[in-house]
Amino acid sequence: MESERPITPSTLSIKDLPWQILWDKEKCTLCGKCTAICPVNAIELGVFRKRLLDPPADIMQTPATAFKSYYGIRQKTDPAYRCIGCAMCTLVCPNDCIVPFRSDEADKLKFHVDQGGQPRRRGGRRNLPGGILDRLKFIRISMLTDPALDAGRHEFEMRTLLGRVLPPEENLKFLSVNGWIPPVREIYPLIIGAMSFGALSPTMWEGLQMGVAYLNEELGMPVRICTGEGGCPPRLLRSRFLKYVILQIASGYFGWDEIIHAIPEMKEDPCAIEIKYGQGAKPGDGGLLMWYKVNKLIAAIRGVPTGVSLPSPPTHQTKYSIEESVAKMIQSMYMAWDFRVPVYPKISGTSTALAVLNNLTRNPYAAGLAIDGEDGGTGAAYNVSMNHMGHPIASNIRDSYLTLVELGMQNQLPLIAGGGVGKNGNLAANAAALIMLGASGVQIGKYVMQAAAGCLGSESDRCNICNIGLCPKGITSQDPRLYRRLDAEQVAQRVVDLYLSFDTELKKIVAPLGRSTSLPIGMSDALGIDDPNVAERLKIKYVV
Amino acid sequence: MCRLFAITSKEPLSPMVALEALDVMREGHDCSGVGIFLRDLAGPFDEMKDAPILSGIFSDKGLKRLDTFMMDIGFMTKYKISVKLPKTPPAGVPKRDVYLIRAYEYPEEWEDLSQEQLYEQLLKIRLQLRAMGEEKNDMIVFSFWPDVIMIKEIGDPMLVARHLNLDRKELFARVIMAQGRQNTNYAITLYACHPFFIQGYSTMTNGENTAFVPIRSFLESRGFPGYTGYQSDSEVFTHILHYAVSKLGLGIETYKHVITPLQDEDLKDHPNRNFLKNLKQTCRPLIIDGPNCVIGCLPDHSLFMVQDRKKLRPGVVGGKPGIYAFASEICGLDAAIPNRDKSKDFQPMYLDTAIVGPGRQEVMLWNQKDPLPLPH
Repeated sequence: MESERPITPSTLSIKDLPWQILWDKEKCTLCGKCTAICPVNAIELGVFRKRLLDPPADIMQTPATAFKSYYGIRQKTDPAYRCIGCAMCTLVCPNDCIVPFRSDEADKLKFHVDQGGQPRRRGGRRNLPGGILDRLKFIRISMLTDPALDAGRHEFEMRTLLGRVLPPEENLKFLSVNGWIPPVREIYPLIIGAMSFGALSPTMWEGLQMGVAYLNEELGMPVRICTGEGGCPPRLLRSRFLKYVILQIASGYFGWDEIIHAIPEMKEDPCAIEIKYGQGAKPGDGGLLMWYKVNKLIAAIRGVPTGVSLPSPPTHQTKYSIEESVAKMIQSMYMAWDFRVPVYPKISGTSTALAVLNNLTRNPYAAGLAIDGEDGGTGAAYNVSMNHMGHPIASNIRDSYLTLVELGMQNQLPLIAGGGVGKNGNLAANAAALIMLGASGVQIGKYVMQAAAGCLGSESDRCNICNIGLCPKGITSQDPRLYRRLDAEQVAQRVVDLYLSFDTELKKIVAPLGRSTSLPIGMSDALGIDDPNVAERLKIKYVV
Repeated sequence: MCRLFAITSKEPLSPMVALEALDVMREGHDCSGVGIFLRDLAGPFDEMKDAPILSGIFSDKGLKRLDTFMMDIGFMTKYKISVKLPKTPPAGVPKRDVYLIRAYEYPEEWEDLSQEQLYEQLLKIRLQLRAMGEEKNDMIVFSFWPDVIMIKEIGDPMLVARHLNLDRKELFARVIMAQGRQNTNYAITLYACHPFFIQGYSTMTNGENTAFVPIRSFLESRGFPGYTGYQSDSEVFTHILHYAVSKLGLGIETYKHVITPLQDEDLKDHPNRNFLKNLKQTCRPLIIDGPNCVIGCLPDHSLFMVQDRKKLRPGVVGGKPGIYAFASEICGLDAAIPNRDKSKDFQPMYLDTAIVGPGRQEVMLWNQKDPLPLPH
């Protein structure tokens, strides 16, 4: 070790890092579990030199100083090895002697994280706590003019529709004249949103699928899950469980060769097809599966070589206009399943959402529109896209719903809202608020990872390394040593827990509003907020 | 809570029969107002079943504007009831100039219009008059339709009745609906007072409609001029009925499938499940979430009652061939038809639609789980 550490522009001290490791020498047994588990090697066994002063009581003796060395945990300050705050060290420490703390000031790391000219890429979330959804209150409480309902004992039917619902005049006519109407699915309004096989580990995917199957088959809750762009395991494609799955097609078309070839062997139709045009976390940017995660299995399902990064283009390359991009793709996908499966596009939240929506209203096949707001999560994206690109979901959904109302089509094109639903843990409240603003259903991703698998991400830039396959919980890793940490059965159990508790909470919200027999879509008179500008923007009540 | 009473009788009855029944049930309402719907009229109107009758409240100025307006279109007054009012109204009843009940002759140019066009025009004129009245605050129009009279006022129903001297031969009718309360959930306005009326369909409701806002948005976006106003959350029940029967061509026994569809479990076993599942999906925004009891009258003079899925509101039907009544409470029924077979009284539950047809011979019951009748 050099006696003087070199000072370069990017030389950082521990204080400059976003996370600082606090280590207690007294309690540490030097077992080494923390250094072994750290996914980014941010800590190492260190040798520390310490001077001991030992002044003798006898003034006749010469004062003496002793130097000793001891072993302990040292935090690295190289940007490549900075602590990510995941606190796996704390989790495994038998003596509770180590814990990372969030720095008390803005870190300097962000100025130096681009070593080699490569801007920061990461997974996770926007890392901005708060948001408008948590501030919306449900203010229309039934009491004496009509009695509130008993959330525990009353009968409820909290279902929504996915598919093009024809207007009453046409529906009845179509049915009698054509004998065919566009396919419509009755589903639970909370959908597990697109997270691909590849972005998620095999155990996580299996756990989610098992949980969804259990909810459907044992508990009678028609919960649906979207595959994301990464194909679908061949056995699932050929199983009866496919009917609980929404297959996603995105601009990379990964896995679709396998899917198309499996069509003749499918026992059931999939629930729906989602065409991904955008993602809330990184609008205008394509999907990305970094090379770390492209192992043999993933490569086989996606039909690509192993060990290469898989960036999907930002747009569907073969299409050049909204008419082609949307109308033709929707129609092609319909034809693939003989017009039995609803097909809808998913876009990221954007100020141009209404243009897309208007186009869909004129397309008799479009089965809905999913909008993913800026608070949506991702397995891999550029930091700048995640933090600065996108549109909040609340006003996007509200504007879209009110546009449909103006056209009289609010029941025809279901809107599905996503992006930050439950990001602060208030899943049912956020979902109910979006439904009352006009959404027919909501999609969740990060919430499932947190609740069902113990994802460590929070809104404070904690962990966020989903992109490099080192997920310490094994949720987004393709390394068996990591994903074996996750038990698929236990994930399934937690999925069921989360849906049951959500269902109870949803009832606890709608019952006092006097609603039970239908989902209160667009029941905006129930919503209020303590900000007049937001109230005016969302056309809800201003309450203080 | 509101109290509702409706009666259909072979022999014409005074509106007081209904108001007295309401009075018996007065513990259940706050006597803040009254709304009356009369149809299948007797007396002078019996002779002019096709003549549209305008019902409303006018100031002297408003009446002049009305006369000019109607004459310009070509309507001639055929018959009118003159309501002589005492100088001072009873406490709680506002002072009005004129309660108008006036039958008109159609303009000559309208002779060639089809019935559908005629009905469209009548609706248009009522809406125009309402808009004119709202502009200058000098007229309130309740209905403009053949063989239909409506009277609404704020105040204790019995005081209003005596004030207007409703117990008069000219107002005898064979179908009467009455409701005893002003809307208290929203601002007091006579346009919020039940029963509501649109193109021959009328309903009144007990209970608040919690799904009012999404239903209103859906109706307003149907592009039909009559689906407007909505000073009361209960007005949508009338319009849903009109939409279901007149626009979608459904029968009254399907009305309940629109407003409170069967749950999926029950639907699975229904003989008409395919149709009903589609109906449930396509009419999803019209699902009421109750708790409501709806009593209504169809253009063919049938009366009906439906309860919502929760069945939290009271309602009973009873009577004997020739005379049947629907009431919120049994005491109301007792007041109007005391000498009936009470063992045959029926309280519709969450799956039932009770209908007394124009023949007034029996109470027909439709259970939602029953197969639907063949197409009309």
